[in-house]
Amino acid sequence: MRHSIAMTVNGRRTVLDVEPHRTLLEVLRDRLDLLGTREGCGVGECGACTVLLNGRAVVSCLVLAVSADGAEITTIEGLAKEGRLDPIRTGAIQCGFCTPGMIMAAKGASVLEGNLCRCTGYAKIHEAIAQSASPPAGRETTSA
Amino acid sequence: MTLIGQRIPKLDAADKATGRSRYIQDLRLPGLLEARVLRSTVPHGRIVSVDVSRAREAPGVFAVLASQDIPPKRYGYAKDTTALKGDRVRRIGDEIAAVAAVDADAAAEALDLIRFEIEPLPAVFDPERTLDPGAPLVHEDRGSNLVRTHDYAHGRVEEGFARAAHVVEGTFRLPAQAHGCLGPAGAVAEWDARGRLTLHDPTQIPFLIQRDLADTLGIPPSDLRIIQPTIAGGFGARLDLYPHEIISALLARAAGRPVRLAMDREEDFATDPVRPRTVVRMRTAAAADGALLAREADVIVDCGAYVSWGAVTPIVMMHTMGSFYRVPHVKYRARTVYTNTAPTGAFRGFGNPEITFAIESQMDELAARIGIDPVEMRLRNANQPGEVTPQGSRITSCGMKECLEAVRERMPPPGTRPPGGRPLLRAAGENLVASATQTETESPSSPAICPAGRIEGTEPARSPLRRGIGVAAVFHVGGGARIYRSDGCGAMVKIDDFGKATVVVGATDIGQGMETVAAQMAAEELGVPLEAVRIAPADTDVRPWDVGVHASRTTFIAGNAVRAAAKDAKRQIEAARTALGLPPDTPYDKVVRSEHFRDQGSLVIGRAYFDPPNAMVDAENKGNVSAAYVFGAHAAEVEVDVETGQVRVLRVVAAHDVGRAINPMYVEGQIEGGVMQGIGYALLEEVILREGGMSNPNFLDYRMPGPQDMPSIETVIVETNDPSGPFGAKGIGEPPLVPVAAAIANAVANATGVRLRELPMTPERVWRALRAWADVEAPGEICGKE
Ligand code: FES
Ligand code: FES
Repeated sequence: MRHSIAMTVNGRRTVLDVEPHRTLLEVLRDRLDLLGTREGCGVGECGACTVLLNGRAVVSCLVLAVSADGAEITTIEGLAKEGRLDPIRTGAIQCGFCTPGMIMAAKGASVLEGNLCRCTGYAKIHEAIAQSASPPAGRETTSA
Repeated sequence: MTLIGQRIPKLDAADKATGRSRYIQDLRLPGLLEARVLRSTVPHGRIVSVDVSRAREAPGVFAVLASQDIPPKRYGYAKDTTALKGDRVRRIGDEIAAVAAVDADAAAEALDLIRFEIEPLPAVFDPERTLDPGAPLVHEDRGSNLVRTHDYAHGRVEEGFARAAHVVEGTFRLPAQAHGCLGPAGAVAEWDARGRLTLHDPTQIPFLIQRDLADTLGIPPSDLRIIQPTIAGGFGARLDLYPHEIISALLARAAGRPVRLAMDREEDFATDPVRPRTVVRMRTAAAADGALLAREADVIVDCGAYVSWGAVTPIVMMHTMGSFYRVPHVKYRARTVYTNTAPTGAFRGFGNPEITFAIESQMDELAARIGIDPVEMRLRNANQPGEVTPQGSRITSCGMKECLEAVRERMPPPGTRPPGGRPLLRAAGENLVASATQTETESPSSPAICPAGRIEGTEPARSPLRRGIGVAAVFHVGGGARIYRSDGCGAMVKIDDFGKATVVVGATDIGQGMETVAAQMAAEELGVPLEAVRIAPADTDVRPWDVGVHASRTTFIAGNAVRAAAKDAKRQIEAARTALGLPPDTPYDKVVRSEHFRDQGSLVIGRAYFDPPNAMVDAENKGNVSAAYVFGAHAAEVEVDVETGQVRVLRVVAAHDVGRAINPMYVEGQIEGGVMQGIGYALLEEVILREGGMSNPNFLDYRMPGPQDMPSIETVIVETNDPSGPFGAKGIGEPPLVPVAAAIANAVANATGVRLRELPMTPERVWRALRAWADVEAPGEICGKE
C-alpha cells in the first residue's frame, strides 16, 4: 500500500515510502520534521502551508505526496538559508503563524489572494513584499 | 531616551520568519500520543449510554475516557459543566468521550468504535426567545434560562428624555463572531512520576489556568506547570479553561504518556468561544444644540450552553454606557441567557464593539436630525482630560478631541476627491502597498466630514455605486481593568556576570509584541542596548504572577512592573558599586562579577509588582475600574452598489490616543489588524447556526477578511503621555476593532440614506434594506435622506 517517492527537498534528495492518501503537508511535517510549514485549515483555504513545488507556490495540504514524486520542493527552511527576512524589518509579523506561508507565496507568485492573516491586517505584509522586491539599501537600522 | 518610540522589530521575528517558532502543533515529545474527542451531534439530549469497550481494545489505543472515568468535577464561572458530559448534552459539539492513541488516525478509528445513545430533548437557540414561558430549559436544575441581570443607572433617565429635543430609538442585532486564530487550539499534557503535570498550552491566562485546572483535576495548583509555546493568535479565544485542556490532562494521566489534543480547523470553529450574539435595544436623547441628555439600553447576551466570558461582556458594555461621552442620565439593563449553542467567550473589545455599534449609530442619527456635522456632534459631547464620569471613571489623559479632529482633517468629503478615488489594492500588480504612513496628496481646504444626507458623488448619474463617509469614536479601558481582586503583574530583572539582563515577566506575548516592548523598557531604564536584554521563557515555574492578557492591559501593567524592576536592578548595581568602592562608571558585568567573587557577595535581581490604582465596581456598578482610559476615532469611506447590496470599504482613517507609542510599528500593527477584524465583523463574519451548531466551520464559508478586502488604512497615533503609564503609554490591543462597524454603518447610511442595525452588513441585508426603504420612501430611486 505504500509508494516509494523521491523528492528534492530544500536541495536534499529525499526518498521515502508514503501511503497514497498522505498529503505533501503531512509528509513534510510528520516525516521530515519540516515544521515551518503550518497547517491552518488542511483544506486549501488559508495558505499557511504554502511551499514551492518546482518553483511554483502551492498549498501543500492539497498536494498528494505521491504526486510530488520527482519534484523539487522548497519550504521556509530552505529559504531561510538565503537570509532575506524583510518581514522582520517592517513589522509584518504578529503571531507569525501565517508568516512562512506568506513568504513562500510571495516567492512563488506576487499575489497573496489565498493567504489569510488574522493579526496584521495585511498592510505591513504588503509593505514587506514590496520592499523585498527592491534592495533594502539605505533603510535605517532601528535598534540601538 | 533612545529606545522608547523606536520601530524595533520583534525579538522573535527571525524565528517566526524562518519557520523556527514552535506552536502547539509542532511540539515533539518521546512517546507523545494524539487525542480525539467524540462530540454530540444533537443540541440537547439525555445521555442514555456510552460504551467505550471496543474502542479500548482497538490497536494503538492507550486510553479512552467517558464521564464515568473522570472526577465529576464541575468547573467554570457558574460551575455548570464537566469536561466530559455525564447525563446531558446541551449543544452540538459537547464532549462525550475521548481517546488517546499512537497517532491521530488510530485515535479517530477508535472513536468510531464508541457506541452511545442519546435521547433528544427539545432545545432553544434564539437568545430573544429563550426567556419565553415554556422555552426548553438548558439547565433544568436552574429553573430558568436567565443567567444574570446587570443593572446600572445614573441621573434620572426619564427626566432626560422628557427634556429632549430629539430622541432616536432602535434595535441592534450583533452576530456571533469567531476568532479564527490561524493556528487551531490545542494542548499537550505530560505527568511526571511524582504526579506533577506540565501542560503546554497557548493560553492567555497561565496563572489562572493553574488554579482552575488543578481544581478540576484534584491536584494542588503548585503541582501544575504551564509552559506556553508560541501562540498562534489569541484575541480572547484563549482566555478561559476549556474542555480540551482538562481532557488532555486526564488522558495523559490515564495513558501514562504525554498526550496532545489538537483540534483541526472545523473543530476549532465548532468549539470556539465566539463573541456572543447580542441584541441591544437603545434610545438616545439630545438637546437642540446636540448635547446628549439621556441614553437607555436593554441588552440580551447569549451565553450559549455554559457560562464563560461571554456572560461578562455586559460589564464592559455598562462601562461604555456610563462613561462614553458626557451623558447626564443613563439607564442600562442587560440579561445574559442560556441557549443550546456553543459557550460564548471573550473577543477583542469584549462587549464594547457591540454597544458602541448602537451608541455611535445613534450619534449619527441624532446629528442628522439636528443638522450638524457628525464630528461636531461628537466633539460637543466628548470626554475631557481630568473629568470624572458619573460612573466614577477617572479620566486622566484624554485625546478624544484630537482623534476626532485628526480623522476630520484626513478624510475629505467625497466631492472633493478625484473621480474614482484612491486606487485600491487589487488582485495583482500595482498598488500592492498600502502603507500605514501614507497620506493624502490632495489636502482639502475645508476639512469637514460631510453631514449625513445625499452625497453628490463623482460617479456618473446612472452608476449603481454610491459613496459615503462615516465616523465613529471609541472609549475603552487602557490602564488595566479590575475584574478580579488582582489586576497585577510581577517582573524581575536579573543582571548576569556578562552584563546582560534577563527580564522575567508574568505577562503573555500573543503576537502583539509584549516581550519586545518589555525588553525596550528594561533596556531603556538600565541604559543598555536592546541586544543586552533577553526575555525568560513562558513558564509558570519561572515567571511571576500575572492576571492574563486581556483588557488591553499588558503594556500598561506589565510595562510598569518591568520598568520598576529594572529601576530596582539599577539601584542594586549602584549600591554595589558604592559598597565595593568601584568608580561610578564601572560596567554592569564587572560590578556583578565583583559581587559574585567576594565574601558574602550578592545577586543583582531587581523585582517589582505593579497593581494599578483602580477599583472593582461597587454594588451600584460604579467605580474607577481602570487607571487610564483610551480614546480613538475612525472615519471610513465606503462604496455601496445599490443594485447588489455589496459594500466595499475604500479607506479607513484610524486615530488612537495611546498615551505614548513605545513601538509605533506595533501600535500600527494593532490598529491595522483591529480594523480588519472590525471590517470582518461589519461586513463578512457570522457564525451561522443550524440546530445550534455552526454550519459554516471553515474559512470558505466563514469569511474572514483576506488581502482582497483590505482598504487603504491610515493610522494616526495621538500621544497624550498618561501620567501613570510606563513612559506615558496606555493600552491599544482592543480599541481599534471597537468603532469599525459603526463607522462603516454610518458610511453606508451616508451613501444611501439607509441605516442598517444588523451585522454583518451582507449584500443580502443591504439589498433588502435598500428595497424596503425604496418601496416606502422613494419608489424608483435609491438615494437621499437619513
Ligand atoms: S493548511 Fe493548506 S491552505 Fe490551509
Ligand atoms: S501574524 Fe498571526 S496570522 Fe498572520
